[in-house]
Order: sequence, then structure tokens, then C-alpha cells
Amino acid sequence: MASKELNSTDYIEHHLTNLTYGKCPDGTWSFAEVHGKSQVAGTEASCNINEMGFWAFQVDTLFMSVLLGMGMIFFMRRVAKNASSSKPGRIQNAVEYLVTLVRDQVQDNFTADKNPLMGPLALTIFVWVFLMNLMDLIPIDLVPWMANGFTAPNAEGGAIHYFKVLPVADINAPMGMALGVLILIHYYSIKNKGLGGFLAELTFQPYGKWMAPINVIFEIPGFYAKQLALGLRLYGNLFAGEMIFILIALFFGGFFSSITGVLAGVAGLALNFIWAVFHILVVILQAFLFMVLTLVYLQQAHEHH
Amino acid sequence: MNFNATLFGQLLAFVFFVWFTMQYVWPFILEALEEREKEISDGLEAASRGKRELDEAHQKKAEILEEAKKEAADLVNQANARANQLVEDAKSTAHEEAERIKVSAQSDLDQAAKRTKEELRSEVAALAVAGAEKILGSEIDKDKNSQIIDQIAQEL
Repeated sequence: MASKELNSTDYIEHHLTNLTYGKCPDGTWSFAEVHGKSQVAGTEASCNINEMGFWAFQVDTLFMSVLLGMGMIFFMRRVAKNASSSKPGRIQNAVEYLVTLVRDQVQDNFTADKNPLMGPLALTIFVWVFLMNLMDLIPIDLVPWMANGFTAPNAEGGAIHYFKVLPVADINAPMGMALGVLILIHYYSIKNKGLGGFLAELTFQPYGKWMAPINVIFEIPGFYAKQLALGLRLYGNLFAGEMIFILIALFFGGFFSSITGVLAGVAGLALNFIWAVFHILVVILQAFLFMVLTLVYLQQAHEHH
Repeated sequence: MNFNATLFGQLLAFVFFVWFTMQYVWPFILEALEEREKEISDGLEAASRGKRELDEAHQKKAEILEEAKKEAADLVNQANARANQLVEDAKSTAHEEAERIKVSAQSDLDQAAKRTKEELRSEVAALAVAGAEKILGSEIDKDKNSQIIDQIAQEL
């Protein structure tokens, strides 16, 4: 809940700030400084996020995504270890349903020679992105409140003042995954078509080799835009969803202060519910899209033109 | 919204999770899945084979039953025919026997009648001669008239 010292702008800004640990211009590593104090109680911050530049880690993003990923692989591993063909339990059934869905997608979209990476890659993307997206449905102030030692994030004392629970609303997470896909696309393009073939595809189309410079102008942006869009699409959708949740959360600000505050809070509850229901679709759809597009792009990397 | 080293942290985590899934998760689940799919398709195939065999057995059973019925009917017919034959045979044997007995009785009868006739004839001849002797008061030369007497006796 936004407390007295925070106005709406501060509240929104607070929710959009990652817990960042990085290297300051003076060479020291520390948590970032926001509004004159460190993001983590009891630590010294030597600079703010913008001054850190490249060598900085969004601790909350990494923590949440790795935590969810670990949960995912431990869960999957347990199912895989006990997987039996004759007596599948309920959990195995659920996971098998998922695996079947992914396998069908791989078979539909990836028609090139069997590549043993595609299934696991698609499954990982789908489940991991789904779990990360799902964090959007956690009440927006709950995790920051827990991170700050069960007090409002801006309260004096506390522990961790900034914590974003939704990793995909930090552009680094989706782009990090998209980067992985981009590397795979280059790897398989060169492996299957040869470096010459890969470059020829970018330079000799669509107008033949004598128009190579124009072809490059057409092809290169197209080639990289789709891979960039892979990450940006996920980021954009989830960031927007998160933003709406933050805005809806502003309704609750005056809940205990006045009758209009109570009315606003009730309206906020209704809105929150409706948006959450819509958002369930976004959560699944975006995870699914990321998976399918990855398969499609990798299929293109295997195709000969 | 700044790009920083988190990007590579995320990339590493991504690579690790994909590797882990590829190594320790995907093959096992897929194996169980494919094994079950195979078991199911095998089971279905076995079921359809069993059904087919059952149908064949039913058909064979019907055929055997039909044949057995036919055989039994044949046997009954044969037995009937044989019984009829036996009855016919017995009848005809009896008939023949009766005929034979009748014939021999007839011939016995004929013989007896013939003999009696002969006897009567000779007696009649003698009587006729004696009667004629009495009538004529004289002796008839037997030898002389024997031809006539014989003729008369013949006619009797």
C-alpha cells in the first residue's frame, strides 16, 4: 500500500525500479542508491542505477527467474525420474499433457531434420516464461512488502526496499532469452547453410546478387528485427500488464481514510479482478508465442532457400 | 529500463535450464509417453486381432456344427434306409419262402391227385370191364378191348 509520504508518481516509480547491484564509477560494487538512500537497508550505496552503466545486475530479476527456473527443473526432474508408462500419476499426467503439447508444436512448426534440442528448448521456454509471467498475478505489493521485512517498502528500517517480482517486466530477462535464441539462429544458419550460404541469404535476396547493397538494406533489419521483437513482445505485453496493475493499485491508496477511499478501493478490487482474468490469457499466450516463434525462427535457420 | 549485465545472467540461466531439461527431463518423459503410446497401440492391435480370431472361431464353430448336423442326418437316413432294406429283404424272403412252400404243397397235392386219378382210373377200368361183362354176360377179351378201355379211362 502506498503510505502517506508517497504520492502516485513515487508509488509507480517505486514499482518500476529494480533491485540493482552493480559497479559504480568509482570502482566499488554496491546496491544502487535511490532518492538518497541505498536500496537495501544497512548498506552503503555509492551511486544510482544510471551511473552504474553496463556492469550491474538486477538482483530481483535474476533471483525470481532463477528461483522459478529451479522450481521448474526440480519439479520436472521429479516427474521425469518417476515417469512410468503404465501408471502415470496426476502430476505426471499434467506434465505429460504439457510435453505432448510442446511436442506437437515442435512437430508442426519445426519440420527440419530431427534436432534433439528443439523439444527441450521449447518446453523450457514455455514453462519458464509461463511461470515468470505468472508472477504478474501475485498481488502487486505482496512480495515487495515481504522483501522489506513485512513492512511497506518505503518504511523506515525494513530490509530490501525495492523488489520487482515480475522478471519479464525487466527488459533484460526477455532480451536475455531472445539473445539465446538469436545465438542459436546464427549457429544453425551457419551450420546448415555454411557461412557463405547464410550471408548469401542476407545479401542475394530478394533482387539477385547485382543488387546486393539494396538487398542488405532490406534483409538485415528484417532478420534482426524479428529476433529483437521476440524479446520485446514479451517484455512489452507483460510490462503493460504490470503497469495496469500498478495503476489499479492506486485505487487502494485511501482505503482506510474516507468513504470515497472505500468506494475507490471496491472499484479497484473489481478492476483488479477483471484485469487479472484477462491477464491469465496474456500470461499463457505470451509464453506460447515465445515458444512457437522460437521454433519458427529456428526452422527458418534450418531451411535452404 | 536499462540493459546491463543482467542480460547475460539471464542468458546463462536460460542455457542452463535448457541443458538440464534436455539432459534430465525431456528424454525420460518422452520415453514414458512413447512407450505408453506404443503399449496402447499394441493393445488395440491385440484386441482387434483377438476379435478377429474370435470371429473366425465362431465361424469355424458354425461350420463344424453344420457339418456334424449333416453327418448325423446322413447317418439317420442311412440307418433308416438300412432298416427299410432289412424289412424289405425279410418280407421278400418270407414271401419267397411262402411261395416255395405253396409250390411244393401244390406239387404234393398234384401228385397225390394224379396218383389217386391213376388209381381211380385203373379201378374204373376194372369196374367198367366187370360191369360190361355182367351186362354182356360174357367175358370181354381184355386184350382185345384194352385199347378202348384205356381210351375211356383216359377220358375220365
